[in-house]
Amino acid sequence: MTAGPPPAMAPPRTSTSPVHRLGAGTKLAGLCVCSLALLTVDGPRGAALAVVGVMAVFALAGLGPRALWAQIRPLRWVVVCLLAVQWWVLGPVEAVVLSTRLVALVALAGLVTATTPTAQVLDVVERVLRPGRRWGLDPERAALVLALTLRSVPVLTDLAARVRDAQRARGRERDVRAFAVPLVVGSLRRADALGEALAARGLDD
Amino acid sequence: MTGIVLDDVHVRREGRHVLRGVSVRLTEHRVAVIGANGSGKSTLARLLNGLVAPTSGRVLVDGLDVARHGRAVRRRVGFVFTDPDAQIVMPTVAEDVAFSLRGSGLSRAEVGARVAAELERHGLAGHADHPAHLLSGGQKQLLALSSVLVSRPDVVVADEPTTLLDLRNTRFVAQRLAALEQRVVLVTHDLDLVGDYERVLVVDEGRVVVDDVPAVAVPAYRALMGAPVR
Repeated sequence: MTAGPPPAMAPPRTSTSPVHRLGAGTKLAGLCVCSLALLTVDGPRGAALAVVGVMAVFALAGLGPRALWAQIRPLRWVVVCLLAVQWWVLGPVEAVVLSTRLVALVALAGLVTATTPTAQVLDVVERVLRPGRRWGLDPERAALVLALTLRSVPVLTDLAARVRDAQRARGRERDVRAFAVPLVVGSLRRADALGEALAARGLDD
Repeated sequence: MTGIVLDDVHVRREGRHVLRGVSVRLTEHRVAVIGANGSGKSTLARLLNGLVAPTSGRVLVDGLDVARHGRAVRRRVGFVFTDPDAQIVMPTVAEDVAFSLRGSGLSRAEVGARVAAELERHGLAGHADHPAHLLSGGQKQLLALSSVLVSRPDVVVADEPTTLLDLRNTRFVAQRLAALEQRVVLVTHDLDLVGDYERVLVVDEGRVVVDDVPAVAVPAYRALMGAPVR
């Protein structure tokens, strides 16, 4: 046995929490129900209950406050802006309740993503879209498009980072066009390469 | 009729005459193709599974005309690209390998077993459920190779599979290719990799200019590249 290539990441924490074990369909349905329920929350008591509820399901999934923060961190500036505007328009209580609803919703959606393998989510999408066949919808293809989208996010993020580095190396970090043009061209080239790869792998019908 | 046959193949792309009359018959277990950037070797590789169609001439793989039976040929000929990121189409490692078995008629359990065996073979078993984008460059290329091999092709064509890799990963991927029972056509810039190959084609300006064993072809290529640029 030859030595393998150097590992690039730590092994993932495999978890057997009740939340991880739930089926993807159940979790997605649960997310829908919780979203609707959140829409009916309109007082401070309801908002507090929502926060406690979210923290409880995170705890049930064996995920601590750090994991919770990781899910809602990207929202922080949006929430600050929203909060300020709502405070000004609707007053402090309404502003806090509305913002809490938003944060709770994103946290729950993040929890579903973090505890569910992509393949299972795709299976559910395929199953849910199956009746669409009557109207000429191809559920397998729709699920494939979703998978390709998920796969493209890190690839394009990587491309954007490389373009930004190249711009910085040439002292043009504030030039929007110098960033956008190579990014768009690079993305289109990626799309071509992806098409070629799909054909090479037998998806050319 | 077994083997890969190119019969007076010309390829013109966007006004450029990329291949200018290539005729070869490849029956060896290990064939390497070397040549400068823009020499047409990548196009030559893409002809072998129908990703590029000849403008004139014919390409036959085990008797099947690539232009007419593209699908059937692609089932026989697996293709490894230079940039594994372009080839990996699914978000996680095991899903990407399983993707190659879509429409193969295998049951879920059979697909799972074959995917697991393939990942095991390439030292990726521990990464089955990891996001593909977190793998190292070498691991990504091994994943790309696993995804090609899981559908059990007769021929593996690899287009500069080690160009983006460091020395250690280059050696590892090269060892994997060398260990395959399948026929391999390797396009490469890395002359160290072709020493064990049975036959080496040197492509220059759209033509096969040398077709010999490595001991003859590699020095001839070095001499060709050492010649002053016209």
